Amino acid sequence: MNRAGYEIRETVSGQTFRCLPDQSVLSAMEQQGKRCVPVGCRGGGCGLCKVRVLSGTYQCHKMSCNHVPPEAAKQGLALACQLFPQTDLSIECLRRQGPGDHNNKNQQEVSS
Amino acid sequence: MKKGVMRPGHVQLRVLNLESALAHYRDLLGLIEMDRDEQGRVYLKAWTEVDKFSVVLREADQPGMDFMGFKVIDEDCLNRLTQDLLNYGCLIETIPAGELKGCGRRVRFQAPSGHFFELYADKEYTGKWGLEEINPEAWPRNLKGMRAVRFDHCLLYGDELQATYALFTEVLGFYLAEQVVDDNGTRIAQFLSLSTKAHDVAFIQHTEKGRFHHASFFLETWEDVLRAADLISMTDTSIDIGPTRHGLTHGKTIYFFDPSGNRNEVFCGGDYNYQDHKPVTWLAKDLGKAIFYHDRVLNERFLTVLT
Repeated sequence: MNRAGYEIRETVSGQTFRCLPDQSVLSAMEQQGKRCVPVGCRGGGCGLCKVRVLSGTYQCHKMSCNHVPPEAAKQGLALACQLFPQTDLSIECLRRQGPGDHNNKNQQEVSS
Repeated sequence: MKKGVMRPGHVQLRVLNLESALAHYRDLLGLIEMDRDEQGRVYLKAWTEVDKFSVVLREADQPGMDFMGFKVIDEDCLNRLTQDLLNYGCLIETIPAGELKGCGRRVRFQAPSGHFFELYADKEYTGKWGLEEINPEAWPRNLKGMRAVRFDHCLLYGDELQATYALFTEVLGFYLAEQVVDDNGTRIAQFLSLSTKAHDVAFIQHTEKGRFHHASFFLETWEDVLRAADLISMTDTSIDIGPTRHGLTHGKTIYFFDPSGNRNEVFCGGDYNYQDHKPVTWLAKDLGKAIFYHDRVLNERFLTVLT
């Protein structure tokens, strides 16, 4: 855990950001102004932020079994809002961003 | 209220964690915890409501809405409506009195949209919370959080809107208060009412059946909506959008999420209707303005984030 937290790499966009161990991957992404995973309810309910974890170890808090059944969770599927890293992670966003979301104040990218 | 269905009475919501949900609905929305049962369900109400509960929380492995209940005027009406539902071709299930604590016999059916609804005639009358029955003061002084005034309506996503409309208007006596129609004249959103309110339940066309968009709670003023927004920030609660105004209903609103991802709304104001009012129509091409009157563009979440 160099610098603050672990490095999260999203493979579809190629974007990376840092995530503290007690912070969800989605929350870290939002905080750092990245938009590589769509933000939905942030509560493990809607399934919008579904990702596949390609490498690294992690813990998940409770997620809707409608979106991540236990079998799928064992195969590395997770909702980024309930995903907490224990090492650097490589993740793949499974939902492509929809059009017409430019007006979403809560998802606007901050140029850095 | 043409068929004796009076008003929304309750909604049972599934949550992933009961204690965090309770903190949200009780401490942030300001609902009153009224009871718990042996199934572990928690019963809450808003302070102006006269019956024992309006929100029931049930812990489950998948969030969403179990059912929404409407109160009918009396037991005769419940019997008549049960027969009407059967004659209409609905499958019904009778749930015995007491299955929800303090609630009488419930008659449950599934709408073509995929959602479960129930009718009941009796619920324990506990009166407005925190006020004397005689010479009541304006409001109780020990309310929490947003101090929600009442559970107002649900917005539900599902298919078969036309068949759902027919059931709700012909059998249950709702009327169409507001609608969104597409270029072909097909209704893609229907706001149905029993009263002078702009909606008691609303449906938006969606490919999947039985999805939950939000449960809404009434506040008195725009200042209360801004104060709710402040509390959402203070508690780092997941926000969706707002404060803003809807085009449909013209209500002033904020959308946010409970800890399991079920969307909530608190709102104030909005249109009223009497029987001589024609339905208000918005065009699907202007859906952005119809939903979010100021931004005039939908956020992606409005159509995709459901439980």
